[in-house]
Amino acid sequence: MDQAKIRNFSIIAHIDHGKSTLADRILQVTDTVADRDMKEQLLDSMELERERGITIKAQAVRVLWRGHQLNLIDTPGHVDFTYEVSRSLQACEGALLVVDAAQGIEAQTLANAYLAIENNLEIVPIVNKIDLPQADPDGAAAEVADLVGDDPERVLRISAKTGQGVEDVLDAIIERIPAPTGDAAAPARALIFDSSYDQYRGVVAFVRVVDGRFETGEPLRAMAQGTRFEAEELGFLTPDRRPVKTLEAGEVGYVITGLKDVSKLGVGDTLTSEKRPAKEPLPGYKEVKPMVFAGLFPTDSDAYPELRDALERLKLNDGALFYEPETSQALGFGFRCGFLGLLHMEIVRERLEREFDLDLIVTAPNVAYRVRPRPGADWVEVHNPSDMPTEIDEVEEPYIKASIIVPKEYVGAVMELCNDRRGTFDHMEYLSEERVHLVYELPLGEIVLDFYDQLKSRTRGYASFDYDMAGFKPGHLVRVDVLVAGEPVDALSLIIHREFAYDRGKLLVERLRKEIPRQFFDVAIQAAIGARIIARETVKAKRKDVLAKCYGGDISRKRKLLEKQKKGKKRMKQVGGVEVPQEAFLAVLNLDDRK
Amino acid sequence: MNAHHLYVHLPFCSHRCGYCDFVTVTGHEGDHGGYVDALLGELELERGLLSDEVDTIFLGGGTPTFTEPAALARLLAGLPRAAETTVEANPETVTPGLAALLREHGVNRVSLGAQSFQPHLLETLERRARPEDVRGAVHTLRDAGFDNVSLDLIYGIPGQSVGDLERDLAEALALEPEHLSCYELEAKPGTRFTHAHGEELERQANAMEGYFERVVETLTGAGYRWYETANFCRFDDERDGDRDLRSGHNLGYWLGHDYLGIGVGAVSTVAGMRWRNAPSLPRYLASLRRGERPQRELEPLAADVRARERVLLGLRLDEPLSTAGLNGALDHDALARLQRLGLADVRDGGATLALTRRGRFLGGGVTAELLV
Repeated sequence: MDQAKIRNFSIIAHIDHGKSTLADRILQVTDTVADRDMKEQLLDSMELERERGITIKAQAVRVLWRGHQLNLIDTPGHVDFTYEVSRSLQACEGALLVVDAAQGIEAQTLANAYLAIENNLEIVPIVNKIDLPQADPDGAAAEVADLVGDDPERVLRISAKTGQGVEDVLDAIIERIPAPTGDAAAPARALIFDSSYDQYRGVVAFVRVVDGRFETGEPLRAMAQGTRFEAEELGFLTPDRRPVKTLEAGEVGYVITGLKDVSKLGVGDTLTSEKRPAKEPLPGYKEVKPMVFAGLFPTDSDAYPELRDALERLKLNDGALFYEPETSQALGFGFRCGFLGLLHMEIVRERLEREFDLDLIVTAPNVAYRVRPRPGADWVEVHNPSDMPTEIDEVEEPYIKASIIVPKEYVGAVMELCNDRRGTFDHMEYLSEERVHLVYELPLGEIVLDFYDQLKSRTRGYASFDYDMAGFKPGHLVRVDVLVAGEPVDALSLIIHREFAYDRGKLLVERLRKEIPRQFFDVAIQAAIGARIIARETVKAKRKDVLAKCYGGDISRKRKLLEKQKKGKKRMKQVGGVEVPQEAFLAVLNLDDRK
Repeated sequence: MNAHHLYVHLPFCSHRCGYCDFVTVTGHEGDHGGYVDALLGELELERGLLSDEVDTIFLGGGTPTFTEPAALARLLAGLPRAAETTVEANPETVTPGLAALLREHGVNRVSLGAQSFQPHLLETLERRARPEDVRGAVHTLRDAGFDNVSLDLIYGIPGQSVGDLERDLAEALALEPEHLSCYELEAKPGTRFTHAHGEELERQANAMEGYFERVVETLTGAGYRWYETANFCRFDDERDGDRDLRSGHNLGYWLGHDYLGIGVGAVSTVAGMRWRNAPSLPRYLASLRRGERPQRELEPLAADVRARERVLLGLRLDEPLSTAGLNGALDHDALARLQRLGLADVRDGGATLALTRRGRFLGGGVTAELLV
């Protein structure tokens, strides 16, 4: 199709501000999906996405409107997927910025709007839910117009729910968003903005063709990763797959690759034709690296193979998920998993429990650290506190730039929280008379435990929060080990700012003292930084452990009692000759003093 | 292999104490004669399992001495002769007449369920006896010529203090019994007793280790031998010569000997088979009236199970346990660990195993660890 008749766009919105409803309505108004086939929120195909009202995996749908081909590229709606969002936006020339008429701008809207502006996208501002009784369309329109530097009069006011104004949105897409301007004659280049795994046909890549054209059956190559494959099928989504012979400059569609490993086709990579390859890939590719790590262990150690299979299957569809086997003396066999962020972790965990019926123990999450053991030595990345070298010359931890929007009366509470978490104030601005946008730089390690919960509770749920990775910075970090009867307990090691080490160590050993049952001998529980003990507690030895009486009538019962006791002992983990019930580790892993 | 030990269960009680979990029957006074008929019938049926030389007989309950005297006399007359015949008695039932009856019928040992000498604790336990009944019962037995009397004491009773326990021990010692059994109160979950004393039982549970140490220290300090986890016997050469005042019958259990048990709910272990008579009195009576064995629950004891039982029972005693044939039941890594901790001791080049004094205080847990 002539590029002048093509428009590629995304929808940017905060959770629940109506992105999916608007997308559904667009499919209906353009007769792409017959009314009778309309499921609510068609684009969110995973059950979990629907429940949480967020889109985890983006997809792209083609609709026709007044002689034009409109491609709606859906974006993942959460902070953990910022990079994927940016690639989806790169595949577009414009974006619909949807804001709830009652809620106004939220942190997530802001983050994605800035991303869109950075990508030079034409933004079509929209205020949605104008049918709601508490709606303030003018207020919301003023905020949005201010954000994108547009005239409030140009902000569309719609109700995706009732369909009011949706046709105007489609018209505005054609009128305001520029057509693609790729070189149709140049060697073929397409941006991969998403991929998924089809169990029959392998990896399916979703692409935006920038230059040239792709043909079914021709050999292709992903330029950054060097992956080669044949285009088994090309096509577009309506949202069903519609195969076509060619995908041309400006168009959006899918490529069935037959590849078995989704991580071989990274989001952001450039596809080109092997016959006439492009010289340069499209800009902006980077490898997505997990930033948050946690150990996943099956509650029942027999379920280890099932956990492994489940992770393998999730990984097929989730190139960002990282995992490797981990053995913990406390928790047995499991996996150390890496995630883009906390939501990603939560989603993976929920899917494992729900779709694969696994009971999991998840250790306290930690971030990736960069460590240089000696001056001049190579930097190494550490994903597990117990792997942190004891000898450290320099250590760096990841920082984020946090964007928090709150009603002004909570500014003090938020600042206090951010300061407690080693945050550095960046700046603050008033979005309106009532609402303030705060920007802080914070160590990611301070966020992974419960920052978001704390933020919600200290602002009565009014705060919205988003963040961007802001690189690694040196930190005064120490590794605190917990020793039971002189032996370190790997699952309880933690990396923490020197300033918090003493309190945290003390709290850990106190809690552990309460959780570890009394043994036949005194058990020392210590917290240590290297060889230096910073806290100590003792579980006093048991002085009595007998079966009160045992005569002819109850030998069987007493025997069974002891056999049961023996079995219980076998299930307990041995640390330094001390029997520690798994629950003790769990209680300590869930430790949080800052509630 | 025939059993040298006979247990006879007499389930009758005037009242069921709140903490009791034995097979007991109240309000069946009229059936005592019929029950004794049934017991003698069962004994007749199982006569073949019993050795011609019976070492010990133990009449337990229930309250054996609550049984109608004529019925009790008829029962005792129908039992074989034994070197040690023990009858359990509640203090308030011990009259000169009863004492004489027991003596006449070959009973030479009486185990008195004293439990406590403190009125408020006896009341909590729902015991009928008063402290003076306990003292009176001992004197009555002595007057009747009994030279082997045992007292049962319970500690950890709701409302009990360390002082109460010390007074109980002192009172018991003042009576110079040949034998003492001291049990911690085991309140079974779900019983009305546990329900009524929940919080206080919790407090007592926390004090229990201190009580146990106090009991052992006081009694061994008074010259008694702590020969089994909960049992003590007088150990005084001058006074008792070479008399072994341990409970011969119970020693049979702890040494893993076979025993025949008759009566409702009674348990027997003979030649690798254990069985428990059904606990229903009417059914027991009906079966025996028909001349049939009572309904039973059978439990075959495999060799490994018997070996484990030998360990668990044997380690309750102060004498070393011979490990012959028991090595398969022992976790040798655990044993080495327990030795290092000073809780267990291997002697005679590995031929015997014993717990140290501290090991005995932890005997249950130590045994659980030792067993494979």
